[in-house]
Amino acid sequence: MFPRAFTFCILFAGVSPIASASALGSAPLSYDDARHLLNRTGFGATSSEIERYVGMSREQAARKLLDGARTTALTPPPAWTAEVGPLRYPRPGDNASQMERKLFQQEQVREGLELRGWWLSEMLATPSPLTERMTLFWHNHFVSSQQKVKLALLMYRQNVTLRAHALGNFGDLLHAVARDPAMVIYLDSAQNRKGTPNENFAREVMELFTLGEGRYAEQDIKEAARAFTGWSIDRDSGRFMFRPFIHDDGVKTVLGKSGNFDGDEVLDILLAQPATAEFVVRKLWREFVSPDPDERQVSRIARRFRDARYDIEVALNDIFTSDAFYAKQSRASLVKSPIDLVVGTLRQFNMAPSEPTPFAVAVAGMGQNLFSPPNVKGWPGQETWINTSSLLARKQFLERLFRGDDPSRMAALPRTESMAPEMPRQALQQGELDPEKARQIRFMREMERGMQSVRFDSSKWMSQVSSAPDPARRAADAERVLLATAPQAEPDAPGDPLALVRSLVLDAAYQLK
Amino acid sequence: MSPTSKSTDRRRFLKRAGGLAVVALAPSAATRVAWAAAPSGADYRKLLVLIELKGGNDGLNTVVPYASSTYYALRPKLAIARDQIAKLSDSAGLHPALEPLLPIWNQRELAVLQGVGYPSPNLSHFRSIEIWDTASRSEEYLQDGWLTRTFSSAPTPRSFAADGVIIGSPDLGPLAGGGTRAIALANTDQFLRQARLAAAEGQARNKALAHILKVEADIMQAASHLNANYAFRTEFPQTGFGNAIKTASQIVANQAGVAVVRVTHGGFDTHSGQPATHARLLGELASGIVAFRSALDELGKWNDTLVLTYAEFGRRPKENLSNGTDHGTASAHFALGGRVAGGLYGEQPALERLSGDGNTGYAIDFRSVYATALERWWGVPSAGPLGGKFAPVPILRA
Repeated sequence: MFPRAFTFCILFAGVSPIASASALGSAPLSYDDARHLLNRTGFGATSSEIERYVGMSREQAARKLLDGARTTALTPPPAWTAEVGPLRYPRPGDNASQMERKLFQQEQVREGLELRGWWLSEMLATPSPLTERMTLFWHNHFVSSQQKVKLALLMYRQNVTLRAHALGNFGDLLHAVARDPAMVIYLDSAQNRKGTPNENFAREVMELFTLGEGRYAEQDIKEAARAFTGWSIDRDSGRFMFRPFIHDDGVKTVLGKSGNFDGDEVLDILLAQPATAEFVVRKLWREFVSPDPDERQVSRIARRFRDARYDIEVALNDIFTSDAFYAKQSRASLVKSPIDLVVGTLRQFNMAPSEPTPFAVAVAGMGQNLFSPPNVKGWPGQETWINTSSLLARKQFLERLFRGDDPSRMAALPRTESMAPEMPRQALQQGELDPEKARQIRFMREMERGMQSVRFDSSKWMSQVSSAPDPARRAADAERVLLATAPQAEPDAPGDPLALVRSLVLDAAYQLK
Repeated sequence: MSPTSKSTDRRRFLKRAGGLAVVALAPSAATRVAWAAAPSGADYRKLLVLIELKGGNDGLNTVVPYASSTYYALRPKLAIARDQIAKLSDSAGLHPALEPLLPIWNQRELAVLQGVGYPSPNLSHFRSIEIWDTASRSEEYLQDGWLTRTFSSAPTPRSFAADGVIIGSPDLGPLAGGGTRAIALANTDQFLRQARLAAAEGQARNKALAHILKVEADIMQAASHLNANYAFRTEFPQTGFGNAIKTASQIVANQAGVAVVRVTHGGFDTHSGQPATHARLLGELASGIVAFRSALDELGKWNDTLVLTYAEFGRRPKENLSNGTDHGTASAHFALGGRVAGGLYGEQPALERLSGDGNTGYAIDFRSVYATALERWWGVPSAGPLGGKFAPVPILRA
């Protein structure tokens, strides 16, 4: 009540956009507050990470997170990302044989898997999980999919662009993404020519990237599409290229403004609309706060976001210091994505796999195939993460991860069949395999090794989480770090650390954050 | 041990102030489903079986327009020789691998739907199957499957084990999204093992938790119903598809109450070396369907079963340079069952009038096929779930 009233006073008084209402009255972060903040902005915070934030003010904590943000990945990318020279891919008209096309496809699948593993490694290793979370957020906002783009290299470059701007400026990000080669392919900009416009990008940039549905007319799309004609890529370098001879130089009218606009000018028209800031802030709210945005707060933050020329940190700072973020009803209100579940669990339990790809495959099996969102709208998230199939895949993954003393323990790879076919043992022995099949077998073995490389020492973990001598107290401490809300069932055997952890991670409450 | 017999006395349910009502209770040691009509008046005793031909089946070599010289001109290598075709009419016939279906055709229980597709077809596997699964328009993105929308407006009886069972694919397809009770499983034994990890107990303190508990309850309800092991006399083919059909037959035998079963038969993306692959896949399809029919006859259920095939698209009429075919548009599909009015429906592909990218138009909108299943099979309205009025195809006997 009190802070909200202040908010409006401040806004209308035109005070500096960084100042936030909550600054005036927020209590220091408790353990539960710090845990909530770190799990919403990162993945599976450990007890010692949480302790570092206890006692900070909301503003200090948000500042620390935002100041720690990165613009590049720490993990070295796969070697092929450094390739220079003309891109190799079968082009229409070059009469590539079916075999060449197949080999190209297999190569891209392999590189795509490496790319997924690389990003998962970065999520595990990064000192700024918020950077990766925002990169993933933008990946799900400015969707492109390797299913259509094909070239893993272009998906990598897009990921680099998303990370570079992840906590930077939304306007810069929008302009960068519009000319990002993977996006140019994904939304058919390369097919958008004077006289025969392709409206795909123009439509999605308004509906999904900026204004949101219903904030524009069909005619705006048609006109905007003309402004983007000629935005293309150079087929040798795979870099953006403007082709002036297929660009429409006529006058266009978009959202009431007329002129001989080019694509960048149309993007600026979209950024000038208040609806754009509100659309993005509403989505950030659903990502970080709760599934039900508070419209008054959204428009407040959106106004400050736009006044700050779309500085993403301003919006995030407002969100991370808001009362709604820390409100009781926001706690445990979000469903963990497969990335939350897998990366969060690995980070939480200090599990460092020797090979990350199997975990990226497991994430894909639970419905979140990185670099391949289901369609241009991205993963719808929240409750759609959980159906009977994905919930059993999640539980089976967790169950095998914490099976414990079983020496042949291997965490389940839910539904790996679809991604890497099992190889018949006898074919291997008879040496009948073509090189590609042999490679697939090696891949499967690496996957197995990656899974087996993960070890969990339950007693060690328990000792890091709690020093209490009393088993019931230790169980309560473990529960506090692992669950955002009370478990549905009292854990079995609180004295046995492995049984306790198993019981807590298999509880429905562990699916929430 | 059933997943519901976990001793509850060791577990203290946590009750929280302000909690919502208990959302999920473990199902009682349920007896057989009472065949009460669904609240909506829909007749979900009739089973719908969807067979997905994943990858995009070559409709042109499935139902062959063998009287067309254009067909033979477009496919110098891949065309099926006239003398090998299992003829259905003086212009259409089946691929020889589908010959086992002829007895069903002769009993007039096989309807052949020619040219099933939609306007502005999309040639991407992902996007096009999404269009089929959500029954959306080509440029429209919907989240829920067409059956999910159906069951939300006309629910199945609560006593049913599930709305639908998805066999052989983790992807829920037409049952995705919403509040549908869809169970995905490879086979019932494995599902029952996995289902032991489900525990639908406690109170839902918010919407997200309520949803998870509901899904856990769905798993447990299905698991408690799907444990019978019927001893069929029918021998099922030892193929992936044969196993899936066996699982489907077990589910029917359980009489647990399931409105729809979706079985996926994959591998139809035949860009190269098509003849051998396609013949094998169609052979597996035919032997699986024949076994299914025999199993359902044993159960006396063939008359209460409608089988429909579907796929994201057909394949391009002109063969490619690798002895295969590329992504196409409309395709031929089958409807089978004891109440099917056998015969040829739709139109043969107009091979003389191909589009700019070398594909055919469509004769039957796939949503008309769905409308048939909804209105004429189950007796539920179709305009809502399908986003518009689509005329059913008269493939069912009154």
